[in-house]
Amino acid sequence: MTQINDRQLMLGNEALARGLCESGCQMATAYPGTPASEILPAVAALKKSETLESLHVQWAVNEKVAFEIAYAASIAGQRSAVAMKQVGLNVASDPFMSAAYLGVKGGFLVISADDPGPHSSQTEQDSRLYAMSAKIPVLDPDSPEQARDMVDLGFRLSEQFEIPVMIRPTTRVCHARQDIQINKVIPGTVEANFEKNPGRWAATPKFRFKLHNELEAKLAGIASFEETAPVRLNPDTGKPSKAIVVAGVSAAHARDIVNELDVSDRVALYQVIQPYPLHTAFMDEILETHSDILVLEETTGIIEMQLARRDKVKGKQSGHVPRTGELLPEIMEAIIAEFCGTESRSSIMEPVPGRRPTLCAGCPHRASFFAIKRAAPKGIYTSDIGCYTLGMNLGAVDTVLCMGAAISQAAGFAHAYNDEKRPPIVATMGDSTFFHAGVPALIDAVVQKAPILLVILDNRTTAMTGNQPTPATGIDVLGEEVASVDIAKLVEGCGITYCKTVDPMDTKGFITHIKEAVAYTKENGPGVVISRSPCLLSMSKAQRMEQYQKVEVSDDCDGCGYCVSHFECPALVLDSDNERVDIDASLCSGCGVCVHVCPKGSIVPGLVN
Amino acid sequence: MNYQIVISGVGGQGVLFVTRLLAQACMDDNKRVLTSETHGMAQRGGTVISHLKVGTFSSPLIRPGNADLLVALKEENYPQHKGFLRDGGKAIVNAGEESVKGADLTPVDADAMALQDNNLHSTNLYMLGAALASVEVCSLERIKGQIEKVFSAKSDTVRANALLALETGYNHISKEL
Repeated sequence: MTQINDRQLMLGNEALARGLCESGCQMATAYPGTPASEILPAVAALKKSETLESLHVQWAVNEKVAFEIAYAASIAGQRSAVAMKQVGLNVASDPFMSAAYLGVKGGFLVISADDPGPHSSQTEQDSRLYAMSAKIPVLDPDSPEQARDMVDLGFRLSEQFEIPVMIRPTTRVCHARQDIQINKVIPGTVEANFEKNPGRWAATPKFRFKLHNELEAKLAGIASFEETAPVRLNPDTGKPSKAIVVAGVSAAHARDIVNELDVSDRVALYQVIQPYPLHTAFMDEILETHSDILVLEETTGIIEMQLARRDKVKGKQSGHVPRTGELLPEIMEAIIAEFCGTESRSSIMEPVPGRRPTLCAGCPHRASFFAIKRAAPKGIYTSDIGCYTLGMNLGAVDTVLCMGAAISQAAGFAHAYNDEKRPPIVATMGDSTFFHAGVPALIDAVVQKAPILLVILDNRTTAMTGNQPTPATGIDVLGEEVASVDIAKLVEGCGITYCKTVDPMDTKGFITHIKEAVAYTKENGPGVVISRSPCLLSMSKAQRMEQYQKVEVSDDCDGCGYCVSHFECPALVLDSDNERVDIDASLCSGCGVCVHVCPKGSIVPGLVN
Repeated sequence: MNYQIVISGVGGQGVLFVTRLLAQACMDDNKRVLTSETHGMAQRGGTVISHLKVGTFSSPLIRPGNADLLVALKEENYPQHKGFLRDGGKAIVNAGEESVKGADLTPVDADAMALQDNNLHSTNLYMLGAALASVEVCSLERIKGQIEKVFSAKSDTVRANALLALETGYNHISKEL
């Protein structure tokens, strides 16, 4: 057991996991996605280290399924939680909206991590706006420590009002690391007990109307729930005319900035803990007390929206605060300084372009993309969310919309073009994404006989988010054996009759297979090639050494740069005079694929030393 | 004493590892620490930056013009991130003596040192050693203690290589001073 009164250095996501285990949570589910990915593995680690036998922890096939599983535990009376990134909430939005009406029994938390910037996402959407739309209360932590504390607070709020509660951390909370005081882990002890009540748990529209009225009554109570009321951070400085209202990590920035600018006596600083529903008494009080109110929050003006007094409130609506991008502390400092009539001490840095991310040296996706471009050079390449999005560096990714869209977009293009003018259409999608959202789209393509080729980039893992298992892996988040779903059988079950599993590291063979498959799909409707080769990051050193093929660049290399632009391997480096390409031995994984890439045969197998 | 340190490099170089090591070592010195890290797509070979704040802070991010120290694990990170440095702040840059210029900049050829020691995977620790000799954020001994702990399950060679890198980087700077 953990010692109490112990400080531990903890990532925000680990702190959230800690909070769950300190509050008797009995079920935690998730689908990985930056910046939320580390929450579930941290819960699993605590389950093991603290032997929490009553705690069920699992990855789910997608966020909707994860939500519904955890929600059922809650209506059976147990504390439960589901974690996802903000775009995952789009996938889970259907149960999210409905669960607001039905409510909960055991405390139920929806942890939806936002990514202002965005650093690693398609959108900068604000999950708090979703909470508002669903009429679910949301808590907005400013740090790992507060995120941990909000778990227990959220569970109590959820149980008192029988309503799901959202915790909305942002990247700077999830991926901040802080030394925090840990509390005792408390195993959950509630026996599952689902009390049947069809009027509630299976409510028809007539009952839904009644539940909606009850939801409104709950919200009115939540808007005066004492423990989540806004906090005055500088209570000793009286009632100045100016006030700043902050929430989330903006509150953490604001505390430092107000101190450093030495303006604490000129302005009242309030931290909102629960941005929705905003406390009624707080709204009345600050609009009464202060004539000039600045609101700083990420990413949409949710608090500002509720403080509906344009004459008094400055923020995103009024144009005083940027509506897009991360609200960086230097931007906040400039805004706060101006609001308080002083000078900002920090500078705003002009962004200098950094190095773009790239597929790892030896990544099987690179080999697949190279072969697809060779086999179908004039194709339309729809793709999807994952490491393989980086295939755009090779010119092998034309579209990326959202999880699972590669197949449906490919089908849409196929139907839009007429038979004569239709180019080859090749969709690429990772194994985890295929399970997550690709299956319904593939069934649709089968029914409509869409002439498309789907290449499933099956690297046996969910790589981009940190190599979490997929439903095919057969290992769960605890590292224990679970059932495994065979991708080829699943593809066939969708009605596909042309499905081949091929190794992309065999460049020549793979190109031949893609050509054959493209020709087939043109005449017969959808086909699938499963490009199977494991992610290097999930292989042991011994496994990597076993397949190591040393390569060398011969003296014939004339520095044409074909390999650099068409294969884009970080281990192939063009010298500064463009005279020849060299292999960066510290990066080269020895996959040997580049031997087949060089049009002049200047990259050759070397002797292993 | 408060310290604000920016550590940057390229995905795969061990920026996060060094940040965590330093943060944990400062914690062992009973200091409060707060870091902000880069995860996700950028870790695939893109620019990775972490902020480490030691002392009484509540914001996890360092504002431009406020850092005491920039540790650049790649030369290209210096122009990118030097804006974080305050007046009088120091930059420790992984580069040859002649190749980079700038006020308050100390080049440390960690790549060459690592190559000479046949210790290529420890470049980040040569840089950490050099950084420790440049600001008194925590003692060399504390970091050594952390390395012993973190690598306790690894072989003696791995541990020895890590310690060698740290000390070589440290001595490289301290003998200049």
